[in-house]
Amino acid sequence: MPAVTETIETVQAATESGYKWGFETDIEMEFAPKGLNEDIVRFISAKKNEPAWLLEWRLRAFALWKTMAEPRWAAVKYPPIDYQDSYYYAAPKEKVGPKSLDEVDPELLKTYAKLGIPLREQEILAGVEGAGSTPAAGRMPIAVDAVFDSVSVATSYKERLAKDGVIFCSISEAVQEHPELIKKYLGSVVPQGDNFFAALNSAVFTDGSFVYIPKGVRCPMELSTYFRINAKSTGQFERTLIIADEGSQVSYLEGCTAPMRDENQLHAAVVELVAMDDASIKYSTVQNWYPGDAEGKGGIYNFVTKRGACRGARSKISWTQVETGSAITWKYPSCILQGEESVGEFYSVAITNNYQQADTGTKMFHIGPRTKSTIVSKGISAGHGQNTYRGLVRIGAKAAGARNFTQCDSLLIGDLCGAHTVPYIENRCATAKVEHEATTSRIAEDQLFYCRQRGLTQEEAVGLIVNGFCREVLKELPMEFAVEAQKLLQISLEGSVG
Amino acid sequence: MTVVAQTGAAGFLARYEGLKDHLPGARKPWLNALRADAAAHFAARGFPTRRVEQWKYTDLAPVAQASFAEPLTMVDGAIALPAANAPNRAVFVDGRFRADLSTLDGLAFRATGLAQHLGDAESHLGSLAKPEAEPLAALNTMLFEDGLLVDLPDGVDGGLLELVSVAVDPGRPFAFHPRHLVRLGEGARLTLIETATGGGACLHNPVFEIDVAERASLTHGRMLQEGSGAFHLSTIYARIAAEGTYDNFTVAAGPRLTRNEIHAALVGPRAACHMNGAQMAGEGQHVDTTTSLDHAAPDCASRQTYKTVLAGRSRGVFQGRIHVHRVAQKTDGYQMNQALLLSEEAEIDSKPQLEIYADDVKCSHGATVGALDPDSLFYLRARGIPEAQARTMLVEAFLHEAVDTVTDETLRGALTRALDAWWSRQAAAA
Repeated sequence: MPAVTETIETVQAATESGYKWGFETDIEMEFAPKGLNEDIVRFISAKKNEPAWLLEWRLRAFALWKTMAEPRWAAVKYPPIDYQDSYYYAAPKEKVGPKSLDEVDPELLKTYAKLGIPLREQEILAGVEGAGSTPAAGRMPIAVDAVFDSVSVATSYKERLAKDGVIFCSISEAVQEHPELIKKYLGSVVPQGDNFFAALNSAVFTDGSFVYIPKGVRCPMELSTYFRINAKSTGQFERTLIIADEGSQVSYLEGCTAPMRDENQLHAAVVELVAMDDASIKYSTVQNWYPGDAEGKGGIYNFVTKRGACRGARSKISWTQVETGSAITWKYPSCILQGEESVGEFYSVAITNNYQQADTGTKMFHIGPRTKSTIVSKGISAGHGQNTYRGLVRIGAKAAGARNFTQCDSLLIGDLCGAHTVPYIENRCATAKVEHEATTSRIAEDQLFYCRQRGLTQEEAVGLIVNGFCREVLKELPMEFAVEAQKLLQISLEGSVG
Repeated sequence: MTVVAQTGAAGFLARYEGLKDHLPGARKPWLNALRADAAAHFAARGFPTRRVEQWKYTDLAPVAQASFAEPLTMVDGAIALPAANAPNRAVFVDGRFRADLSTLDGLAFRATGLAQHLGDAESHLGSLAKPEAEPLAALNTMLFEDGLLVDLPDGVDGGLLELVSVAVDPGRPFAFHPRHLVRLGEGARLTLIETATGGGACLHNPVFEIDVAERASLTHGRMLQEGSGAFHLSTIYARIAAEGTYDNFTVAAGPRLTRNEIHAALVGPRAACHMNGAQMAGEGQHVDTTTSLDHAAPDCASRQTYKTVLAGRSRGVFQGRIHVHRVAQKTDGYQMNQALLLSEEAEIDSKPQLEIYADDVKCSHGATVGALDPDSLFYLRARGIPEAQARTMLVEAFLHEAVDTVTDETLRGALTRALDAWWSRQAAAA
């Protein structure tokens, strides 16, 4: 029984190490002064050698941000954030273009090794020349962009991708190399003044990934970004922009970790996706930021704006997320379904254990005719965790024949946690059909009994049942991620079963 | 010198200031304190705007911007009363109890006008309503003049009682804010059938405080059928003790704007609450059902089924919140709301909401929105049923489900007639 072996292994790993990504890499860093003002925005822009229009764009965002108030409607509680007490720019000091692994900062390499990135990919990540030309035997190649605190440290498999015309690089690089695309699309899905955190991000974003898939190209491999907050008192404000031109296809993975610290750190990212006619984007996230300790001290505030625009006819955007980390998650990956017959999907697993809080969900805006959306959300609360699904399905008057199906299930483990569901349904179209279902329950005694009777321990049984509960979502993940996600589910629930 | 009539909140506050020494119970310090407190809340918040989450989908601007007079003089002459559903009925005209029109003799319990018996209401009045949270309850508390007082002693089966509210159109906008107090002693039973009718541009803003003791059972049927110029904004607060039951069935069809807001709290083990309803709106109308259910004790059950049918340029709103407290283990909660859109210009907004803090619970909600199913229509037409009749069959079948669980035949008959009457009017207009 592989599932059981897996579970045992995971539980053992978890018991030994707790949050095993909680180390801090001692690496030479370059910081901008603490605090947030126009000069910092200018500093970041200058550091990145950005064109004047982008600096203007950032400054406008900053001006907007100053007029905005932090949103307080989510079901999360946290003390006020001092935006002046954080570094808005931190970058590892690196030597340019290492020729072999020896030249790469050994601390950086150690970090990747600890994060479980295979050696071969480490080489690639560290930018060793020639390393990325052949994929490791027996594995599907995955192109990786690693973002360390504020900056992208390496992108792999670039050449192979370039052969198909696929652009995959850090957004700073894209600003230099493909300014026309950045100018056209940056902020076109999430405008600078969209919300408080998006405005903040627009002003101070330091890096992130950029992807462009040309017409008719099916991206030859999975693209992936690995985010890591390392330095103390830094916020991470990455910006990701993915454009899938007509008839193209891409699958993109995102992973995140951070060291254990007693203080809270802010992560306010913005992700924008654009899909043209017949294009399809699959965006998968395994979010495992440091959740804080068992007493709720420390952890990441994950306040993220993710939105995709299905601009073209028959285009498709699919979000899959596994949210196990972060002290607080505030995140609503959304789809604007403009093109006729475009499709939006949202598959989510969110776990809150100890004192974690998650307020997450999606928004589906049906604008074009015969647009379709599917929402499957699985929330698991344990310990003192509070888990909220908050979603909006809005059907415009012109979305004739639009269709939505939503299912939100919550699982409660223990009597000190909470599970909440807040769906909004707004329909202005008579021919649209909207269905919403939500259930809340706990693990049934008979299910547990059945597993226990067959020799599984209580924890194994819970792990098995939880994995079953999340299956509908996990099966949407690419293979490697699905395995990782299953392990994470178990680790996150560690200590919740008594 | 001309006197400018003050509108909205300011108008009501001015009226309270002018009237406070003359309102019923003005010599009772406890009541004065209650009214003054409510007035302070209403002054601070005024009418809720759409920025208030609970009013996101219902715009009270037409109420807030209008200037309402109060029905100062007693209406004389013949008053058209709706057909009686029960032998015992309490009749209110413009919010005032009319003993001359009511038939309440020989009851085994007290049912009468509140204004004359305020001295007996101190423990009940204001015990459930939350003027600090709901501005409409604050407005009601500040200005109520009368209402129904029902008090069933322990173990009494009160049978059927009808509450009739008639608004007589004086030709200008007017407002009344009745406060109804219903208390059932241990093991008591009552079926209360409420009908609201009348014409003109009236604002009918009733507040109910319903207290159901252990093992008592109240069935509350409501037919909100004022004319198309009326605003009906009602707020019900119900508290249900151990093994008690409160069943609410509401048919809302008629007024320009209807808000049917229910706050029920299950405070004792094995208490139960059913909230069902059908709301319909045609051209230019707005219907809103907002429920909030607190499961504050273990082993309680709640069931909600709400149906919305929209025709013409109309808007329907359903907001339903189920809150399961930490102590409320073994809660069984279910909520379903379904909407049928018969027109291209109708809009439905729905917000079912679960807030759960106990783990051993079974809670679910569902929501569906759609047009009449073309396959069902085709099936009926293929069997020789004309389209209009087929539509009627489907719409009626959809609506009747909301009242299927009413066990009292008199009440079910009345509710069903109200549903069908709305649909025949719609069908005739179309």
